[in-house]
Formats: sequence, structure tokens, C-alpha cells
Amino acid sequence: MRLARSVWDFVVGDDWIVALAAVAAIAATYVLAHDSVNAWWLLPPAVLATLYLSVRRGA
Amino acid sequence: MLLVLSAFLASAVEMVEALTIVLAMGLERGWQSALAGVAAAVVALAAVVAALGPALTVLPLRDLRLFVGTLLLVFGLQWLRKAILRAAGLKSLHDEDAVFARELTEARTAARVERGGLDWYGFTVSFKGVLLEGLEVAFIVLTFGSTQGSIPLAAAGAAAAIVVVGAVGLAVRAPLARVPENAIKFSVGVLLTSFGIFWSAEGAGVHWPGGDVALLGVLAFVVASSALLVAVSRRPVYA
Repeated sequence: MRLARSVWDFVVGDDWIVALAAVAAIAATYVLAHDSVNAWWLLPPAVLATLYLSVRRGA
Repeated sequence: MLLVLSAFLASAVEMVEALTIVLAMGLERGWQSALAGVAAAVVALAAVVAALGPALTVLPLRDLRLFVGTLLLVFGLQWLRKAILRAAGLKSLHDEDAVFARELTEARTAARVERGGLDWYGFTVSFKGVLLEGLEVAFIVLTFGSTQGSIPLAAAGAAAAIVVVGAVGLAVRAPLARVPENAIKFSVGVLLTSFGIFWSAEGAGVHWPGGDVALLGVLAFVVASSALLVAVSRRPVYA
């Protein structure tokens, strides 16, 4: 349990919403790509929006 | 080239922090115990890389890029977020001189317990400092190296930084407070996030326009976005 907690803290850090949003954006890209949509344009702006909201929360 | 640069920068900034702890232990508790702690941590880190490296390389490239890209993106966003907050004046900068002074004070007051001919406090604090800072470097070496098909090249970049920082630290016998840590952390955050976006999207089945050259576009986008976020988040300074 302590190991899992350490790994979580190490990779995810103190803002788990950022991690969740990033994973959700990658999942959406995966779904679109497997539905014949070359969604290369999705992840960069999704990351920017996630980062913006996270920085605002941390401010 | 970006692979080696990323490993070098990440390793350099983490080793500056580890050096501060080791210097404090060496000066206050004795160099034998401090350096033994460093050696033990380096062996442990090498074992982590040696054990996990081959396990990662057996994955198919697309699955590996999806897995590693996702990890790098999550991990990189953490670095970049903190670097943006520091650059915007919303989070205090890491102060090596203050950390050094605190470590020295704690080392002075800690009880002396000898184990195996070593001062146990100096050994364990050095060991933990190098291990914890080094784990981030090991993570970056493993993820970057496995995805690019060259863990030894990434490890060489990290090792070069350890040698440079170690040599400078031993020469000046003081914390490297003048190293622009936040600027380096900002750069590493940008690189991790850019590679994370690029590889996770590729692993998810996306074909980037222009192929691998698109990575430079992603990098430019992340740099510009981060600079913009610093500018809009900067705390106003009143005269």
C-alpha cells in the first residue's frame, strides 16, 4: 500500500486532476484514431487547457 | 540529440539537489560515510535501470509509446506546472543555500551511531538523498531510452551530468546555488511534456503530419504555451 502511494506521489504528484485530464485526452485520441479520425490536433490544446486550469488552481 | 540533452538536463538538476545533501553530510559527518551512501544509492539505481530496462523493451513499439508517452505526459506536466508557478512568482524558488544550511544544522544535532565503521546518519541521509533524486533520473532514462531504442545512450547523458555536477561540487565544496535550477526544470518539463504528447498520440494510433519532424512543432507549441501561461499568471509587482 505504501509502495503504491509512493509510486502515485512520484508520477502523479499533488494535482491528480492534471493526470486524469491527460489520460482522458489520450483515451479520446485513441478512440478517434480507431474510428479512422487522425486526431493529432486533439492532445496539444487539451494539454494546454489542462495546464492552464492547474496553474490557476495552484495560484 | 534531444534524448541525451533531456537525460543530461534532468540528471544535472536532480544531482545539484543531491549534491547539496551529500556536501552537508560530508562536511559535518565525514566523507567516508557520505560517499558510501552515494555509492550504495548509485548501485541501487543501476539495479533499478538494469531490472526494468529489459522488461520495457519487450513491449511492442506502439504499446510502449502509448504506455511511456502517457507516463511522461503525466510526469512532465507535474514538472512544468511547478516550473510555471515558480517562474510566475506564485511558488517559492528552490534555494540550495537554505537547504544546505538546514541539512548542516540537522547533521550537527543528530546523534552519532556507528554501524559497520560508518556514521549511520551521514550514510543514510546521503543514500536517501541520492536515491530519491536519482529515481526521477532513472525514470527518465528508462522511458526516453526504451522508446528511442537506446537506454545506454540516455544513461550516458545522465552519467555525464553526474560527472560534471560531482566534479564541480567537489571543486567548490559548496552548494551550486548559482545553477539556474528553475530554468533547467522548466526546460526538462517542456521536453517531458512534448515527448509525452508526441509518443502517447503515436501510441494511440495517430499519424503526425510530417512524421518525426512534428515533434519540433509540438516542442514549439509547448514552449510558447508555457511562456504564455507564465506571462498571464505572473503576480503583479507594485512599486
